[in-house]
Amino acid sequence: METIELLQAYWWLLIAVLGAALVFLLFVQGGQSMLFSKTSYEERQLMINSLGRKWEFTFTTLVVFGGAFFASFPLFYSTSFGGAYWLWMLILLSFVLQAVSYEFRRKKGNIYGTRVYDAFLMFNGLVGCVLLGVAVGMLFFGGAFTITKTNILDANAPVISQWAATHGLEAIACWKNLLLGFAVFFLARTMASLYFINNIGGDEIFTARMRRYSLINGLVFAVLFVAFLVVLLLSDGLRETNGAFVTEKYLYFHNLISMWWLGIILLAGVVAVLYGIFRSAFDKRWRAGIWYAGFGVAAVVAVLFCIAGYGSTAYLPSTVDAASSLSIANSSSSLFTLTVMSWVSLIVPFVLAYIWYVWSKMNAKQLTEDELKEEFHQY
Amino acid sequence: MYDLIGVVDWSRAQFALTAMYHWLFVPLTIGLALIIAIMETLYVRTGQERWKGITKFWMTLFGINFACGIATGLILEFEFGTNWSNYSWFVGDIFGAPLAIEGLLAFFMEATFVAVMFFGWNKVSRGFHLASTWLTALGVSLSALWILVANAWMQHPVGMEFDPAQMRNVMSDFWTVAFNSFAINKFMHTTFSAWTLAGVFVIGVSSWLLLRKRNISAALSSIKVGAWVGLAGIVLTLSTGHGSAALVSRVQPMKLAAMEGLYRGKAGQDLVAIGVLKPESNRTPDDPMAFSIDLPKGLSYLIYSDGEHFVPGVYDLIDGISLTADGDTLRGLSYAEKMEIGRRAQDALRDYDNARKADDKEAMDVAAAAVKENFAYFGYGYLPTPEAAIPNVALSFYSFHIMVIAGGYLLLLFIAVLFFCYRKAEILKRPWMCWIGILSIAVVWICSQAGWVLAEVGRQPWVIQDLMPTSAAISGIPTYSVKLTFWMFAAIFTGLLIAEISIMLRYISSASKSDIENPKH
Repeated sequence: METIELLQAYWWLLIAVLGAALVFLLFVQGGQSMLFSKTSYEERQLMINSLGRKWEFTFTTLVVFGGAFFASFPLFYSTSFGGAYWLWMLILLSFVLQAVSYEFRRKKGNIYGTRVYDAFLMFNGLVGCVLLGVAVGMLFFGGAFTITKTNILDANAPVISQWAATHGLEAIACWKNLLLGFAVFFLARTMASLYFINNIGGDEIFTARMRRYSLINGLVFAVLFVAFLVVLLLSDGLRETNGAFVTEKYLYFHNLISMWWLGIILLAGVVAVLYGIFRSAFDKRWRAGIWYAGFGVAAVVAVLFCIAGYGSTAYLPSTVDAASSLSIANSSSSLFTLTVMSWVSLIVPFVLAYIWYVWSKMNAKQLTEDELKEEFHQY
Repeated sequence: MYDLIGVVDWSRAQFALTAMYHWLFVPLTIGLALIIAIMETLYVRTGQERWKGITKFWMTLFGINFACGIATGLILEFEFGTNWSNYSWFVGDIFGAPLAIEGLLAFFMEATFVAVMFFGWNKVSRGFHLASTWLTALGVSLSALWILVANAWMQHPVGMEFDPAQMRNVMSDFWTVAFNSFAINKFMHTTFSAWTLAGVFVIGVSSWLLLRKRNISAALSSIKVGAWVGLAGIVLTLSTGHGSAALVSRVQPMKLAAMEGLYRGKAGQDLVAIGVLKPESNRTPDDPMAFSIDLPKGLSYLIYSDGEHFVPGVYDLIDGISLTADGDTLRGLSYAEKMEIGRRAQDALRDYDNARKADDKEAMDVAAAAVKENFAYFGYGYLPTPEAAIPNVALSFYSFHIMVIAGGYLLLLFIAVLFFCYRKAEILKRPWMCWIGILSIAVVWICSQAGWVLAEVGRQPWVIQDLMPTSAAISGIPTYSVKLTFWMFAAIFTGLLIAEISIMLRYISSASKSDIENPKH
């Protein structure tokens, strides 16, 4: 394997890990989607303040995910973001509204009222999850785009990436993408329930309800995800063979078989998620479900990214011009940039270490109503 | 037909809208983070509880503002992809790296330690909390560093080479990209201006407390910290601003000409201190000003430290003319010639692509050599006329002069406030002085925005200096889509700004009625 191929594979792995972290952290959005369910004022305050201390991690991971994609696979950034314009704009819109809502929702003088900001959080909880799922779905089911690099020499029509006139709305309307989107949504709600069980204390009724929620949402997620997995493994894909993209039946199934260790990780991930959900639902004293389910989710998502990109697979297949499809080989940054960025990536363990250290201090005790009453800064 | 002009203009408008809104919030975040860190240090060092109360007061205002900066910043990052997709490919190999590093190095630092700052008062030790506050301040400055490195690179593209096989630029020297003098200067000028802005904000809000005769001790203590940070900020902003102008004269001489309203230059060029341009229809190259007060030979001296040095005007640059101190004319490349070179580079790139398709290695080598030879003016090949390379002179001129005049005023303000702080504190409580403090908040924000308007309007039509005009950087989206998102974001950002100001005013008002130095929590 040449160095450039190694670095492309390494950076795709980092993208997979960031994507996995992002989906795990979507428990914040899942929790936001529960704000309008039957909760008392005190419970809602606890939920919001518990989520409010973590929302920035999800947000920052999304930003870093975007930045890392830009730095390592700029042709994806150029083609997908400029092409599926409405899909990405709606995702961004939901996160913009989220960013201010925690801070503003209960502040005096916020003009629009607490419930409007809570509705923004709800909107982000639903739209953010579903559409990020749709965006990941595009990695398998593709988009209608062409890439003609020589266009850049035409001063009157210089755009190299051209997308279908619906600009991402067609991706939102695609049932296969939506299947994944709603699977992500119910997964986020499941994870949120598990997170609340772990993070909020002192209210047994609330915790019992969250145990029930984790089971209900977890079962809906499991059905949707299994359906998605069946559709995916029966789908065709494009593989780069001798310089051309060729349609291959059951490509993703083949990828899972040929890279068998991914299959094992996928299975282990699914088992961990189910264990986290079921034990949380039935073991009334157990609080660690979020960690089992969290690592399981991260493993499953990372595997999905891996089978989308490895093995010369087109990770953004074009449904109208196979030759325009993106693979990690034809869309990456140069050897020099990937090398520089790889050195930079060595800082990741350090970043994870200080995040872990800080939150081990901050989360030493569960959040309770009593603590909230004494808090200097609350949402 | 593809509506290129419409989509370019609306995309520019959307980016300008996002950037300007972002820059309403971010400098306050950067500067206030430093001020809060200093205040908390005073608390830890002196052990006085009143400093803790003061720190918490400003920290709450910081938190209200912080959220809006994050919200607008998200759009800014992704707009490079959504609205400038050609750009993302053409220079993504270089431009993407600072953005990723920014996220990894700075954003996680901010997100982690800002949480300790707000929620850690009762959970971590005093020293750990103080360290977290300083790390937040460092994090916000680091995030500014990397995005400004990226911006500086667009204005002064270095550390890269063009790869004809991929039709894009690739990085060849990371350290040159990250730490060239243009990038360093831009970072310092911008960060120091943020200190200035936050300094005025603290003085202004404290002046309101003094006007209302509430929390006088907290207000006077805050003013001292704010004024010192602000004074350091404005002195450093002015000195790096001077360095910035010298760099601009070297790499973006057209921007320098536009910001001075200079159409025909001369040896021993005057500096316009205050002036009004004639309407564009009446403006002639030799007499563009309706009114001006000039400093004789000021521009030559300021830029070149030589009162007799020639400074080229807009049309001198287009004609490629410069003059010696003795009045002899020197001929350089005119813009028409640069356009010719740019077109040769683009033709050679077409030849390269055809040779590649024909698998003609020899022809590919010849074409690649021709691309390399002519690449320095690649972007000029897109221009329809030499005049298309002139930015909006009036906007550049006024934004520059507003920035400089406001900057000069702020320097005097900080000196005066500090003098009063230590010698005549009573004056700070006089209503007229309080109003000066309050109204200066508007001045500093106008100053700060004007700086960015100059930086971005003055470099037009280039998105990457000399290599790519804005019109070639665009995404393939219909104009109505961008119009729709423009108005969508305009409405949302305006709504958020109104809410932020309203929340801040309510908070300041209600906190002023309690004892800031001894808060309940």
